[in-house]
Amino acid sequence: MNKVTSILLVGVGGQGTILAGRVLSLAAALYGGQVKVSDIHGMAQRGGSVVTQVRFGPRVYAPVIDPGAADYIVAAEILEARRWLSYLRPEGVMIVNTQEIPPLPVLTGAADYPQGLLEEMRGLAGEIKVVPGLELAGAAGSVKALNLVLLGVLSRYLPFAPADWEAAITQAVPPRWLEVNKRAFELGRAASC
Amino acid sequence: MRELLLGNHAVARGAYEAGVSVAAAYPGTPSTEIIEALALYPEIYTEWAPNEKVALEVAAGAAIGGGRALAAMKHVGLNVAADPLMTLAYTGVNAGLVVVSADDPGLFSSQNEQDNRYYARLAQIPCLEPADSQEARDFTMLAFDLSERFDTPVMLRLTTRVAHSYSLVETGLRQEAGLKDYVKQPPKYVMLPAFGRARHPLVEERRERLKAYAETAPVNRVEWADRRVGVITAGIAYQYVKEALPGVSVLKLGLTYPLPEKLVREFAGGVGTCFVVEELEPFLEEQVRLLGLSVIGKEIIPRVGELSPALVAGTVGRRAALLVPDLAANWTVRDQALSQVAAALDLPARPPVMCPGCPHRGVFYTLKKLNLVVTGDIGCYTLGASPPLSSMDTCICMGASVGMALGMEKARGRDFARRLVAVIGDSTFLHSGMTGLLDWVYNRGSGTLIILDNGTTAMTGHQHHPGTGYTAAGDPTFKVDLEQLVRGLGVSRVRVVDPYDLDEVEATVKEEVDTAEPSVIIARRSCALLKKEEKGAVCKVDEGSCLGCRKCLELGCPALSFVEGQACIDALQCNGCGLCASVCPSQAISEAGVVYE
Repeated sequence: MNKVTSILLVGVGGQGTILAGRVLSLAAALYGGQVKVSDIHGMAQRGGSVVTQVRFGPRVYAPVIDPGAADYIVAAEILEARRWLSYLRPEGVMIVNTQEIPPLPVLTGAADYPQGLLEEMRGLAGEIKVVPGLELAGAAGSVKALNLVLLGVLSRYLPFAPADWEAAITQAVPPRWLEVNKRAFELGRAASC
Repeated sequence: MRELLLGNHAVARGAYEAGVSVAAAYPGTPSTEIIEALALYPEIYTEWAPNEKVALEVAAGAAIGGGRALAAMKHVGLNVAADPLMTLAYTGVNAGLVVVSADDPGLFSSQNEQDNRYYARLAQIPCLEPADSQEARDFTMLAFDLSERFDTPVMLRLTTRVAHSYSLVETGLRQEAGLKDYVKQPPKYVMLPAFGRARHPLVEERRERLKAYAETAPVNRVEWADRRVGVITAGIAYQYVKEALPGVSVLKLGLTYPLPEKLVREFAGGVGTCFVVEELEPFLEEQVRLLGLSVIGKEIIPRVGELSPALVAGTVGRRAALLVPDLAANWTVRDQALSQVAAALDLPARPPVMCPGCPHRGVFYTLKKLNLVVTGDIGCYTLGASPPLSSMDTCICMGASVGMALGMEKARGRDFARRLVAVIGDSTFLHSGMTGLLDWVYNRGSGTLIILDNGTTAMTGHQHHPGTGYTAAGDPTFKVDLEQLVRGLGVSRVRVVDPYDLDEVEATVKEEVDTAEPSVIIARRSCALLKKEEKGAVCKVDEGSCLGCRKCLELGCPALSFVEGQACIDALQCNGCGLCASVCPSQAISEAGVVYE
């Protein structure tokens, strides 16, 4: 691979994008070349819109991804998928979990949750992969493992060896949640076929 | 060994390898992880100090005492620590002293985006700016060396994208620095006017020596390429320049104060057109212009917010493309408007919110209900300013809620104070709210201060403080008693309430604002994120009983929504705090008694 691959992981604070970014970047480091990851910590994490940016390749300068430059977007929530869609390359792939988490303006009745976002995105993204992530995570043993389900789906598009993924998961996930997370990853990977 | 490290962890690694013996900080995004990582090394004494000024003083004492020391803080933290810094610049150090300033361009988690490089210039101390994690580690080690070699504190200036980005780092082993001898030297360390006067010329002379060092410092390097266009840059902006403008010549400054004048002249003279690309203020640009050099900078690059490759491409790239059209043919000058999908879309925003079960919620709900004026402070509870709670009038800096409430009372009188409360968190109160409260007592204020005591420094990720009973390393220690503390400051009316008990909170606040003497209400409940493991009964809406009045939605709880005319509780998110049940006029909400996960 000669070029830099740019991946956005987006979701709602608490959905585990930081951990997913950690696993992805460790796997990328094992694959070789350079890796850069940019996270947002602090106030934005409290239930807000969050993004982790991962870039890897032979030489990576910026740790951030420009609009229209992401090769993949992995979205843990539908509204967040649409919010970040403008960051996807025209031929990029959007992996989106079929979950809707209403933001506060919707909860309080100040706004409505937009309808038909998946349909709209089908027309706009190069490829869109819709994943029933919560269902698969539940089947793996915990809905909290949603982030690993989505990484499993993404893994089909990336050149990393399964052993590198496993090593990355083992390094990043606390031991007591390891088995559930490995299962979630495998279910996502299988669902991606 | 090659490791994927967060910028902040790389700083910690560099300090460890450089033999640091004492490290102190007050938590603040984006600097917090430095001390968290250092606390894992048993060889290093690490502490959470009550505030940044104390942290720097502890580090200064250690350094003058002969041990290498580091103090870390966010940019606004250096405002608090500026007092010791300015005079430490005169005294110099004994063993190395590194001050880490983590700036936050783009205000991801801050109240402003000040450019702290000006502090280095103000104090006349060297400023190092790493551009990735490897440099964060290397420059930290260099900072200790420069500190000892030039007898000066050294500023290591990070920005969010360096502090909170991971990249690969080649690490090494710890070199014990040992203790330097401690020799009494009052003329060097006791800054009486006479001694200070004698030290100032040495500061000037030191800057000249640092300037000479900067000329050949390996961290300042020229990357000659096409000489028709040159860019002077530093820190994260360097990465954006390399990404957006491949092929142009670059002067990458690792030491951004003092500037290597000869090197800058040589570079600017060696290129056709010279740009200066930096985030925030024209710190480098102004110094370059003072040399009489003609450069292009802030007239096209924003002074506001963070930069990005796209921004550099869209400003400098556009201008430079006219000069090097052949080179620019390979540049991807991305324009948001050219992106296939427009970003400007009317999507509902997703602002950060207080967590389900957050103990702050009930207090702000009550303050809104009572329609009080609220001077606020810095922490998760600043979210009380956002809809639907919308009950904070001011938030300026750590501790300001207390002093500002007294000022409002003095300006507008006692009657106004009856409608006024100050709100502050436990960690923030211990940081710099205590002195304001002392002022209330001393100068006869009659205010009411609510201390939201959730037993942690929550916003930055649950760090310990003097009120938690644990050290940075997690060892048990003395735990300050808030009630005793405020009584000791002279407040005789001290009440403790449970913020989940709305009736108690309301009655207590009403009583205390009506009292013509200073009072403190401690609203005490653990942060909801800390007691996640204990989560038990969640709430549920009894079918058919909900009137659809939306009263519960005024709490702004992310677990509550309104579906088909009925309130609805997401059992997965609900923390079982019961606030919604308290505010429901038709008793439609009850504890379901269901235990999840």
